[in-house]
Order: sequence, then structure tokens, then C-alpha cells
Amino acid sequence: MSKKLSQQIAFWIFRILGVFVVGILLWILGFIIYNGIGVISFEFIFDAPRDGMLKGGIFPAIVGTFCLIVGSMIVAFPLGVMSAIYTNEYVRDGKISKFIRMMTNNLGSIPSIIFGLFGMALFVNTMSWGDSILAGSFTLGLLALPLVIRTTEEALRTVPDSLRVGSYALGASKLQTIRYVTLPAAFPNIVTGLILSVGRVSGETAPILFTVAAYFLPKLPSSVFDQVMALPYHLYVISTSGTNLEAARPMAYGTALVLITLVLIINFSASLIRKHFSKKLGGH
Amino acid sequence: MNIVETKDVNFYYGDFHALKGVSLDVVKNSVTAFIGPSGCGKSTFLRLLNRMNDLIPDMKLTGKCLINGKDIYDKRVDVDELRKKVGMVFQKPNPFPKTIFENIAYGLRVNGIKDKEFIRNRVEESLKGAALWEEVKDKLSRSAYDLSGGQQQRLCIARALAVKPDILLMDEPASALDPISTSKIEELIFTLKAEYTIVIVTHNMQQAARVSDSTGFFMLGELIEFSETRKMFLNPSKEQTQNYITGRFG
Amino acid sequence: MRKLVEKIVEKILAISGAMTTIVIMLVVIFLFKEGFGLFNSPVIEKGYALCVNEVNPVEHIGSAAIKKIYNQHIENWSEIGGLNEKIIPFRYDDVFQHYKEEEFGENYEKLPEKLGEVIAGSPGILAFIPEEYLPKNVKGVKILDGNTINPNDFFLGVEWIPTSTPAPQFGVLPLILGTLWVSLVAILIATPLGMGVAIYLSELAQGKVRDILKPAIELLAGIPSVVYGFFGLVVLVPLVQKTFSLSVGETAFTGSVILAIMALPTIITVAEDAMRSTPRAMREASLALGATHWQTIYKVVIPYAASGISAAVVLGIGRAIGETMVALMVTGNAAIIPKTLFSPVRTIPATIAAELGEAPHGGVHYQALFVLGCVLFLITLVISITAELISKRQHNKGL
Repeated sequence: MSKKLSQQIAFWIFRILGVFVVGILLWILGFIIYNGIGVISFEFIFDAPRDGMLKGGIFPAIVGTFCLIVGSMIVAFPLGVMSAIYTNEYVRDGKISKFIRMMTNNLGSIPSIIFGLFGMALFVNTMSWGDSILAGSFTLGLLALPLVIRTTEEALRTVPDSLRVGSYALGASKLQTIRYVTLPAAFPNIVTGLILSVGRVSGETAPILFTVAAYFLPKLPSSVFDQVMALPYHLYVISTSGTNLEAARPMAYGTALVLITLVLIINFSASLIRKHFSKKLGGH
Repeated sequence: MNIVETKDVNFYYGDFHALKGVSLDVVKNSVTAFIGPSGCGKSTFLRLLNRMNDLIPDMKLTGKCLINGKDIYDKRVDVDELRKKVGMVFQKPNPFPKTIFENIAYGLRVNGIKDKEFIRNRVEESLKGAALWEEVKDKLSRSAYDLSGGQQQRLCIARALAVKPDILLMDEPASALDPISTSKIEELIFTLKAEYTIVIVTHNMQQAARVSDSTGFFMLGELIEFSETRKMFLNPSKEQTQNYITGRFG
Repeated sequence: MRKLVEKIVEKILAISGAMTTIVIMLVVIFLFKEGFGLFNSPVIEKGYALCVNEVNPVEHIGSAAIKKIYNQHIENWSEIGGLNEKIIPFRYDDVFQHYKEEEFGENYEKLPEKLGEVIAGSPGILAFIPEEYLPKNVKGVKILDGNTINPNDFFLGVEWIPTSTPAPQFGVLPLILGTLWVSLVAILIATPLGMGVAIYLSELAQGKVRDILKPAIELLAGIPSVVYGFFGLVVLVPLVQKTFSLSVGETAFTGSVILAIMALPTIITVAEDAMRSTPRAMREASLALGATHWQTIYKVVIPYAASGISAAVVLGIGRAIGETMVALMVTGNAAIIPKTLFSPVRTIPATIAAELGEAPHGGVHYQALFVLGCVLFLITLVISITAELISKRQHNKGL
């Protein structure tokens, strides 16, 4: 076979594979949108489930997921951002930063179900918080921590050293330089990273199975020690357990659509912010 | 006899007009040097001759560019075949992360040669041609990265020779090397002239004066002057050339 | 004053920096602490004990052996290291066949004594008795109280039946093999696909096509795993069942396909980065020798990026092994050692997710699930360290 021909064949295969991957994405999205769009209504979004979760809506699950997002980010944001500042601004290239980065990577590679086990053992049982928003938020927060650290670090790394040096040259201290120069310059990228972590957290199921998620709980939470329903867990429940799975399908499609829409909006807004600011800073 | 002929070549990167109406001929089995300040277009012109500039998105070319009398930018031309005929040595030594032997054999293998005996002979011949054989004959299976910078560059020359090109393009081949390695490369260029046509870009005017038969002086995308090397350095016909070689700018 | 504030802030930041390390340590401590008791727990159900005749030399009977005895797959003590004597399984309520109701006394206070008599009188007996009626200090009776679950039973056991009586079966071999099986097949599907797309992205795609493909891959990575699981359940499961005419569509293969789709973004992004990092000089050198673009890709770019690509594949395996929801929803959850692509399997994460809710806190089952968590943790740790070592090699390469 001539080398030209083998090149042609190989390149066509790669083109087809590229199309194939986009095809998979469109298939999944299309399938869920097509089946779920008819279910979406005011009632579906703003009502509690009724009649063995075959009717009504998913409002408690939406609220629950929202609570968990807020809770987990209260845990992960400050810790993650501070950790990234420490590794990138204080111990930059030493052994310590290498060690911290390695640990962050390792934490990031722990499967989410392990976080579920850990959260149950530590927060639910040892701290006696029970199945609660508090326990779930801490579990999800720790899960999101490596992602927050990594994205924040990347954001800090894009700040050119010339800015820092310029600030030192004016007599600013390290902390002042971070506060008034580094952080503001890295801010848009940090925010983008944080939003991406929100996207990750909002779709997680395994870590909340044993720390917060309620099978069926039509009322809204009144304190951080309450259990809540959550969108991903709700989707799991109505698509796998229950007496009449077929009858529950429409609710499942609707829930999947809401969940996907939520995650896509989050990720999309992250990339919008990134684009917006990179244009703004493009002149530098 | 002219092996390369170009007529009124214009080249654009996007909006940037990198070469302006360059016309120049290269004689077979000669050494032609291009000199000029950085960014003057000399490397761009060199890379036109084996169509390396094709890799740049948004490029545009007008004018004629002939090698052995054939338009190399003709649609029917096979770029890979052209590059086989027109070898190239780059500014920095760029051996592959493979053994010394495999580096030389690469060009043969990609051109479909499988005969082991043939490849072994050609590797030896090319290394001898690049004056590297004596230094590496006992360590052909060592990594090419174990060689010194100067040796690596001669390895790259040997690699280019292995596919038996007609023309050898050299893009500042000694700029990353120490003076001793540089003089070895220059000697090599002198011997290679018997078999190959060599076109070399250099920022070092003494080098151009030492190795080349004819010299072209580029500035701001224009070929200011092109003539016999001796004449160019002793008695340039343009004032800009005079200024450049006497070191007033660049 | 300012100096002091700076010092304090730095300390606080340092503590945050140590946070990931602390969390990992806590995870390890809690997994082991909660699971630790497993190997000190008796083989049989809580609240019961095993008794044999005094002459019986057997001191330890594994959980698998107990199950086999009660199912009459093992019938002679010699098969488990005892005398050549037929095994007589005995449940404590069998005692009512030997004595009249009134012989036990008003509150069954004589039950232990009578049980002891039965056991002492039968050299081949294996009695399963509630702790409250245990015939303690009765001559001729030996209570097997050191009969705890041993690591061999756990790691090499081939059955996972936590609800089995009298001895729950905690053999993790089918779960480990199921997990590896599903993940490896997933990676075998995902690697060629992902490599192809990565090559396309890094070498061929330009402008608009790239602008579509890149975000599409990011979106694919952003879809929650439970949605993949749901999609697999309603689309792929029936499809697999019909295509291969199986009795159920929930198989290892179904799981592998979905996991492969989920691993694609990781493989594509990491492999593409690795290929893009191939120096321009390498490509040009190859092209200048008359190599075609494709020859340059597979002879120069791919070898150069090899360690980055392998790191991508290893990372992909790690992801697949740890993935819970998909495995739980589409692989069929049968804890048997997989023999074909189309056997249903049960993975470690799916087992934990499915059973932890029902396992009583602190019980043997609960402990077993935590030990399972340790196993999963160690597997993924080894994988992530491997990936790190491989990608370090990439950085050390070059001139």
C-alpha cells in the first residue's frame, strides 16, 4: 500500500471518529431532551412529588441540590483558594509544594464512593450529625477540594511575575501583593474554576447516598441538620427502584433533563466568563 | 546549469508581506548563502524551496518557483517526494529520540525501503559523508541524545544525506554550536559541494564569505543584491549591502 | 503589627495547604478503623456460636466451608482437616426432636444442658446455637469461639452473599474481578477511539471543526454519571439485549460501553496535550525527510507522546474502576466471577453503594463494606501513582 493511500485511510478514520464522538454527545443530549421536554412544566419544577413519585414535581430535589451546592462550596472555596495561594505564592517550587500537589492529585483520584464511605463514618456517625445537609456538604466539599485547588493554582500561575515584582518594588509586602495585585489579576480564572467545581458537585450521586440524600421527603429543609432530596439521587431512585418503573419513566426523563440543563448552564457560564475576561485582558 | 529558479516570488503570512518579488537562480553543485538582518525573509525563502512553509496556516504565495525546471507549487507535485529531493538541516540540531542508527534510517524507512543490508550500507555511507562515522561507528545503537551538540548537527546532516537529495537546505546550521563544531560543519559543507547543491542561511557574514560561491543579501523581504560571493564582499553594488557588511546595522 | 498579621496569615494558609494531606490521612484512618474489626468477627451470624464434640480436632471452619456443610457439599470432617467422621449439621431447634417440651423447664433454663448432652453424644456433630443457650462448661462440648473471618476467606473467597445463614459469605474475588473486567474492557474500547480523536484534534482539525469538537468533549465530561447510568439503562440495556439476544441486557459489556464513553474525555484531553507538546522541530525534521504527515504522526509524534498517552490510559482505568452509578445501574449486579463479556457482574463501588444502606452500623457486613472500600482505595492509589510516575518520565525526556 502506498504511503499516500495509508495516510488517506488513516485520516478518514480519524475524521469519522471525531464525528462519532460528537454523535455520541448529540445522541445522549438529544435523547434526554426529546423525552424530557414534554414533562417539564411549572408544576414539575415547583411541586413536590406525589402518588408514589409518579406524579407531581421535583421541587424538593432542586432545592436540596441547591443547598448542597451552597454548603459544599462554603467548605471547599475558602480552603481550596487558600491552599492554592499557599502552594503557588509561598512555597512555589520547593519540596513542600511538590508534596502538596502530589497529595492534591491523589485526593482527586479517590473514587467518589470512598468519599461517601468516609463522610458516613466521620460526619454522620463520629460527629453524630446524622444524615444531614451538613454531613453531605462537608463530604461533597472535600470531594471538590482538589478541583478548586487545581483550577485556582492554574489561575494564579497565569499572573505574570512582572506584576508581582512590580508590586514588591513599590515596597508592598507579600500579603499586600497577593491581596491587591495577584488575586485581582487571577480573579476571573479563579471564578471560572469555582463554577466548574459547582458543576462537578451538582451531579455527584455516590457521596450523598449515605450522608444526606432522602428517598422521598416532600417538605423543604428547615435546618442544616435536615435530610434533603437531591436531583442526581432522585433520578437514580425513580429509574431503578419502585413498583412501577415504566410509569415512573416520564418523571425520570424530566429529572434527567433538569439535571443536565443545570450542569450545562453551570459549565457554559464558566466558559462564558473565561472568554469574556480573556478578551478584556487580551490587550495586555 | 541552474537547479533552482525563482521568478518574482511574493509570500504572505496572513496580512504580512514577508517576501517581495524575489527572483534568483541557484547553480548546481554550488554553495549559495543568504545573509541579512533577522526577520529579513531569508529563512522564509529557504523554506519555500522544500515547501516547509505549507505548514503555516494563512500563507499565500505568488510567482514561480522551479526546481529542475519543474514548478514545485504545481498542484500535481507530491510534497513528500519534493522534500525527499530537497533535504533540510535546521537551526538547532533536532535528532529524534531514537538511536543514532534509527535516526539515519528513518528517511529510508518512511520511503518504503525495507532491505536491511541496503539500509545498513546507506547509514554507514551517510555518516561517512557527514564526517561522523569514525566518532560513532561503535555506538550506533546509543541514543542520539548522547552525542554533543556539534555531533548531533552532523547527525542531522547525515540523516538528510541518507535519502540522497539533490539539494541540501541549511537554516543557520551552526548558530547553536561552538566555534570548533562550527568549523567542522563548514569543512563538511565544502566537501559536500561535490555531490550536492547547498543553500545555506546564515547570520554570520564571515561564514558566508568562507563557504559560499554566491551570496544573496535580503532586507525587509527584498532581495537587495545577489552575486558572486567575492564580488559581494569586496565590491558590493548597492549601498545597503555595503552598510550591512561593514556592520553599520543589523 | 503588620509583620505579625503577615505571619498569622501565612500560618493559616499553610494549614489550608496541608488540608488535602489531612483529608487523605483521615480517609485512610476512617476506612481502616471502621473496617478493622472484620477480621476479629466470628464467621457466623451475630448472636450465634458453633459447637462441636470434644473429640473433634477442628478449630477453625471458614465461612465457605460452613455454607458447603449446610448445603451438604461437604459431608465428612476429613474434608476440612478433621477425623474421618460424617458431619451432622445441627440447628438448635433440632433439639426438640430429641426431648419433650417439658424437659427444658419453664423458661427453657435447661435448654443449654440438653443441647450439651446432644453435642457430647455425637462425635460428628456441628451445632449452630444462639449465644444465650450456649452449653458452657459442659463436658464433651467444644465451643469454636476463635472462629473468626480470616483474610484468606475474604480475599480469595469466591462468593459474596452477606445475607447467607448461618455464615454470611464475604468473598471479594468476584467483586474485584468484576471491577477489573468491566474497567479493562471499557478502556480497550475507549483507547483506540480516544487516540483517534486526540490525533484528529491535535493534528488535523482546524478552526471551526476544532471549535465544535473541543467544547463537545468538555460537555461529555460534564454530564453527571447518574445521567450516563440512566441513559445506559433505558437505551443501551435493551439494545444490548436485543442485539445479542440475551435474557437480560444488564451485562459487563453494557457497563463497559458506558464507562468507555465516560473515559473518552480524559483520554482525549490528556493524549492531545501530550501530542501537542511534541516539539515543532521533530515534526519538521520528519517532514523534511519526505515522510508523509501520517508517517510523521505514528513514527515521531506518537512515540514522543507515548508516556503522556499511557498516563491518559491509566487515568482512564482509574476513573472507570472507581465509577459507581453506572456500574450500579447497568451491569446487573450479580456477584459472580465473570466468564464472558455478557455475564452480569458486580463491581466494588456498586456493591458498597447498594449495600451500605442496609448494613447495620458496626456489624460484620458494615465492616466488610469498609474493607472493600480500603481495597478500592488501594487499587486507585496504585493507579494514580503509576500515572504520575509515567507522566514524570515524559517531563524528563528531551534534550
